[in-house]
Amino acid sequence: MIKLVLLWTDAMIFLLFAVAIMGVWWIRRRPHLLLPWKRLFKSRVGMVSMLILSLFIVIGLLDSFHYRVRLPDNGNGQTVYAAEVLSVFDTLVGDLRSHTEKTYSAPLAVYLYAKESMEMPDGKTLRDYPRLKYGGAHLLDTQQNHVGDLVKRGLTGMFVGGLSGALLALLIVYIAAVRSRIGIREWINKQQKSPLNALLVTFVLIAILGGVIVNLAGAYHVLGTDKVGQDVLYLSLKSIRTGLVIGTVTTLVMLPFALFLGIAAGYFRGWVDDVIQYIYTVLSSIPSVLLIAAAVLMMQVTIEKHAEWFSSSVERADLRLLFLCLILGVTSWTGLCRLLRGEALKLRELEYIQAAQAFGVSSLRILSRHILPNVMHIVLISVVMDFSALVLAEAVLSYVGVGVDPSTNSFGTLINNARLEMGRDPMVWWTLAAAFSFMLVLVLSANLFADAVRDAFDPRLNRTGDV
Amino acid sequence: MIAYLIRRILYAIPILIGVNLLTFALFFVINTPDDMARMQLGMKRVTPEAIEKWKQQRGYDKPLMFNAQAAGTQKLSDTIFFKKSASMFVFDFGYSDDGRSISREIVTRMLPSLVIALPTFVVGLLLYVTFALLMTLFRGTLLDMAGVTLCVILMSISSLFYIIGGQFLVSKLWHWVPISGYAGGVDSLRFIVLPVLIGIAGGIGASSRWYRTIFLEEVGRDYVRTARAKGLSELRVLFKHVLKNAMIPILTGVVAVIPLLFMGSLLTESFFGIPGLGSYTIDAIQAQDFGVVRAMVFLGSALYIVGLILTDISYTVVDPRVRLQ
Repeated sequence: MIKLVLLWTDAMIFLLFAVAIMGVWWIRRRPHLLLPWKRLFKSRVGMVSMLILSLFIVIGLLDSFHYRVRLPDNGNGQTVYAAEVLSVFDTLVGDLRSHTEKTYSAPLAVYLYAKESMEMPDGKTLRDYPRLKYGGAHLLDTQQNHVGDLVKRGLTGMFVGGLSGALLALLIVYIAAVRSRIGIREWINKQQKSPLNALLVTFVLIAILGGVIVNLAGAYHVLGTDKVGQDVLYLSLKSIRTGLVIGTVTTLVMLPFALFLGIAAGYFRGWVDDVIQYIYTVLSSIPSVLLIAAAVLMMQVTIEKHAEWFSSSVERADLRLLFLCLILGVTSWTGLCRLLRGEALKLRELEYIQAAQAFGVSSLRILSRHILPNVMHIVLISVVMDFSALVLAEAVLSYVGVGVDPSTNSFGTLINNARLEMGRDPMVWWTLAAAFSFMLVLVLSANLFADAVRDAFDPRLNRTGDV
Repeated sequence: MIAYLIRRILYAIPILIGVNLLTFALFFVINTPDDMARMQLGMKRVTPEAIEKWKQQRGYDKPLMFNAQAAGTQKLSDTIFFKKSASMFVFDFGYSDDGRSISREIVTRMLPSLVIALPTFVVGLLLYVTFALLMTLFRGTLLDMAGVTLCVILMSISSLFYIIGGQFLVSKLWHWVPISGYAGGVDSLRFIVLPVLIGIAGGIGASSRWYRTIFLEEVGRDYVRTARAKGLSELRVLFKHVLKNAMIPILTGVVAVIPLLFMGSLLTESFFGIPGLGSYTIDAIQAQDFGVVRAMVFLGSALYIVGLILTDISYTVVDPRVRLQ
């Protein structure tokens, strides 16, 4: 039996996910809203980056279903749950989490990074690199079999992954073609200009890569282990959720402020405008790192003072993450607010708004029915564009010491813990390399996706003959 | 012009008051000085006397806003708000936890920060603008596309990577310059080369791409067509006419940053061990020296407001049509 645990950020993620699904359902039935999305779906770069992003999102979502395992009965009839909070993702990756070595080991290695004195069977002590507990433990003769085993596992993984990926892709295409009711051949002909080919190729490539990694991870530490022997691949995958939370929940908390205040300032003008402008000028005049640092320092004091709020360290770390999102939100809403104010200033002079005012429609209704829908494209573009900046900011903030809790897995904490490892001899490069490459893939695909979104939604770009 | 400037400076005062009140609320109202003392001295087993002593050392043992026990104007002036927050308006920042004057520390640390930040800013700006103009020159070709792709990749890399990678490659592997450190005078040159280079490299992606968008918008204008029709070479059109007309949007982002150069860069300075304001701030954050953080917040916003005013003035310099009144 298990006991479900709903952390604050989990709830936020689920809320966001629900909003996204409702948004899809809402937009699907409205052709004028669907139009820019159709343009987005025609962009090759946009769709490929979306596919990669959705892979990250799936991992992040799986990592957000938390629970605690029930411990075996201790005899006095009470049900006791383990203190450790696990996620569905932890269960899926299985041994990756629990297979910890003693200390550093290189990617795919079978020996530990540091020499150790070992007691030999004949009583002598020998100073040599000890075998890893789990990495390549199935090999009997490591000298001969290591590379051969790696190649064999790699190739098998590639083959199985590629084959299943290709089959799945074909199945999806087939279903889509059948559902279109125009015959398979005709449907395929219609897809000539669509990004379908690029999508399929990316899909199969991901499947191949996934196959190789999964097959190797069963017996080796694919990206090595860190100082306390944890698998770096596992840590990097766990960091994804933190990055996504920072990138999305921050937006979620700042959006209502930015939307309401921005539109109100632009629409009402006068003293409302003055007050709102004053607030965001004050906030934006403080350099954001300093404001975040000051707020996080104070948050630490509050958290220390109210230790009774949290039943476990995971909850504490989680609340700190949520606070960080709030603080980042407070410092980053001013940009969007200013944009929206400008747009509302422009919109309020247009004829349809004037007409609505002349008919005596209430201000609240004008704001929500006439102005809000017409600024949504700005909101969407800036939200998507902020995402990558926030993921990058997390790493810097965690390095400075005002980011997430040191016990939370994140790219920032990974880099922070590993920053002195380059100075070791021989060099320990794999933790840094893993953190930076995962971040690069996430941020790069987010940036490319943001560009595609902007191209599809920005009404200033004049398009001829599209969709 | 003068009247406009005076009005702008007067307008800055309420904003600084807002910043001041905000930091005051953040540092003294949300958490009382007692909490801060307990946090710094360790949560458990801290005697009330130790807390009192901690507060007394820092002058936190006064009432927040209103001192009922004092006499006359002291009722208002002998408070934490007056001593710690309002005094920042005359740039009196008090003392840091290790007993040094924060104001003096700021003055001595400004120079190293500027020595790193100014070359990064100037060389970087020239490089980004040139790169963006070249991309505009080759717009629509493969070269342009390669440039944009490079920019997107460069801006997707964490700034930490530039620093760690640069230090590793240049200092550790090739032994060209020392990994970190700082010296005054001419000797400082070998210490500042790497941080400056890394600073420039870190900004190239986002900035060049941004300038390219600005230039592309200008290139479509009528005056560009006229200039071409007169028979000017494309290079001359770009570097003379387009660049001049694109100055306003470029200045908007650039001039506001100039005063903030004094603050230095947090990351670069702490990685390279440069005794500037950036590393001062980072050390204060890590040591939880609230007085220094408060001072830096105030200084940062004051400099930012100066930057905004400078931006307005710079408009009149590059565009004679702009009149400030």
